[in-house]
Amino acid sequence: MKDPTRSSNGKRGLSRRSLLKGAAAAAGAAAGSGTITGFPTIWAQEIKDIELRHVGVSYSVVKAIGDQAAKDLGFKVTMQNLDTSAAINRFITQPNSVDIADLEGWQAKLAAKRGVIQGIQAKKIKEFDNFLPIFTKGELDGKKIPRQGISPYEALYVEKPDSTELHDGVTEWLTNVPQVYNADSIGYRPDLVGHTVTAWKDLIDPKFKGKAAILDVPAIGIMDAALCFESAGLIKYGNKGNMTKKEIDFTCDKLIELKKAGQFRATWTTFDQSVQLMAAGEVVIQSMWSPAVAAVRVKQIPCTYAPVNIKDGKEGYRGWCNGMGLMKHLTGKKLDAAYEYMNWYMSGWQGAFVSRYGYYSPVPSTAKKFMTPAEYTFWYEGKPAPEPVTDPYGVPMEVAGTVRDGGSFVDRVTNISCWNTLMDESAYMNKRWNDFKVA
Amino acid sequence: MTVSRPLVGWLYISPLMLVLIPFFVLPILVVLVASVFETDGFGGLIPTFTLANYRNVLTSALTFNLYYETVKFTVLTWFFTLILGFFIAYFLVFHVRNPLLAIGLFLICTVPFWTSNIIRMISWIPLLGKEGLINSALLRIGLIHEPLTFLLYSSFAVVVAYVHQLTIFMIVPIFNSMARIDKRVVEAAVDAGASRFDIMRLIVVPLSKSGIALGSIFVASIVMGDFFVTKVMSGGSSASVVGAFYEDISVLQYPSAAASAVVLTVILLAMVSLILRTVDIRKEITQ
Repeated sequence: MKDPTRSSNGKRGLSRRSLLKGAAAAAGAAAGSGTITGFPTIWAQEIKDIELRHVGVSYSVVKAIGDQAAKDLGFKVTMQNLDTSAAINRFITQPNSVDIADLEGWQAKLAAKRGVIQGIQAKKIKEFDNFLPIFTKGELDGKKIPRQGISPYEALYVEKPDSTELHDGVTEWLTNVPQVYNADSIGYRPDLVGHTVTAWKDLIDPKFKGKAAILDVPAIGIMDAALCFESAGLIKYGNKGNMTKKEIDFTCDKLIELKKAGQFRATWTTFDQSVQLMAAGEVVIQSMWSPAVAAVRVKQIPCTYAPVNIKDGKEGYRGWCNGMGLMKHLTGKKLDAAYEYMNWYMSGWQGAFVSRYGYYSPVPSTAKKFMTPAEYTFWYEGKPAPEPVTDPYGVPMEVAGTVRDGGSFVDRVTNISCWNTLMDESAYMNKRWNDFKVA
Repeated sequence: MTVSRPLVGWLYISPLMLVLIPFFVLPILVVLVASVFETDGFGGLIPTFTLANYRNVLTSALTFNLYYETVKFTVLTWFFTLILGFFIAYFLVFHVRNPLLAIGLFLICTVPFWTSNIIRMISWIPLLGKEGLINSALLRIGLIHEPLTFLLYSSFAVVVAYVHQLTIFMIVPIFNSMARIDKRVVEAAVDAGASRFDIMRLIVVPLSKSGIALGSIFVASIVMGDFFVTKVMSGGSSASVVGAFYEDISVLQYPSAAASAVVLTVILLAMVSLILRTVDIRKEITQ
């Protein structure tokens, strides 16, 4: 970007960009519209050569978001997608090839432990005070959010910028800035299942023998299985997110038993596979992610996302949250740019974008400004859509009057009973999961 | 200028060494070293010397089950690719009189390989699925009343995908060795009153042995070292040796993954050397 205000002797002038931004900020504040994205506090001529590499899973690190960020911020943003396991391996073994690591709670814990990320100063995150307290305090409306597995709150704080252990309780330093999250449950074909599914046990109901599928990412697939078995009253786990060897054995043995009885048509590992299984009529019920259910519906095939609200200490959604971590090698201008980038992220455009395919922003107050009132009503308030709903790319998704499965955002989030994790016994769990796979 | 003979020898092999040492020998050494280390459970390696990783791999029933599954797929794939590859090559060499046409048909065999093997594999799914082409057709003509579920997400589907992907690796070397069979030998046998079966048994098969061996090495080592086809085509209902240690890596259990990798390498080396004992590859290549 050419900057006409830069003086020829290299002395820093006020960049046109920040001037424009400043003017816009004033206008924005006046109009109360808040459509302003990160205000660069560093100079345009210095940042134009900066490139930030944001690396993570495809549902969280989205090219369209990076492109918009680059447009608004004036430096280059490259989004790179890897699957969950390739991502954590990359962060740990090649930390210098990544600038912003997209981390789930358990990955943040590992990355901190390995010393590949640096603490993020909470006060430099502009919207930090507007974050939902789910993330910053582990509660919502005064209600404690369950901490089975690794909750985003649990993985948020470290004591000092270079601490390698997570800190229980609020501090000045963050391991990551939460950016997108959701509550996962079951997807099913209402026309073929024949009743409303509100309990995980339906997934293992012999009625759906050969027509059910389960998620095959061991660390979280086992939690889906645990939710099923707890729902069916077969076992009561101490902590589904950190099972004992005995609980792992019970769960995997039960899975093997179900597999041998022919319960599972298949298992799936990627978003696309789950859509394919449901859309091709291979299964009628399976553990599923919210946007995958939407993707099936876009194909004109009825599919419902089961609301599995917590009852009698059973059921509940499996929650997950991805946040941005700063790699340790970031310093100087690049570090400033990374902070700008994270502040841009939380300023609403991205929040609105991910909301349009069924995920949530940790700062709904800014996301709201970038959504139409109708969109907010549908996605966050759980009320009938006042007008047709489209996905982030403008493809029609739902007709007017549709109500989002699982209801309002608060209904869903307060019914999360466990969070994505990596168990202490993960090596053992993995081995047992492979027993299930090969059985 | 004269250069000493050993030096010339080294110069000749240096390009190969320049590739092999950094891209094969060093990585293998790293894996070997990692396999005797301990892990802290968070992706960190503790430099020690322990055989515990090997003990765990070698004493686990899981390892046995995984090898059973993988070897099962290997043998089935090997068998079907061998039958197909052998007869396709036989047809091309002995039945197509026009050499130009034979080369043309041979090239046609490679057409499916112009697309990625992932696409070739995935394209079976709409064909074999519950609501796929085969099931719909069979249902319509009334041969079946329920869709056949064994077609997809089953061992059957895995073998179909492997055979489709790997038959060419049998055709090429077998075609190559068959093409070198002196036709006069066959004619002489016919004149001497040999039956078609005798010709096949006493001339074609023995003289194609090296091609069969090479093709078998390709097919067996590819299937043993693959996990993706098994994962997708079995719908995750089966596992493979490589798939299991990939899962180990996903939870950062590097040493146990490394130990599994070393065990697999040793088993593959043993298998290849067994196959090589049946033929003299050196003779084959220099001929």
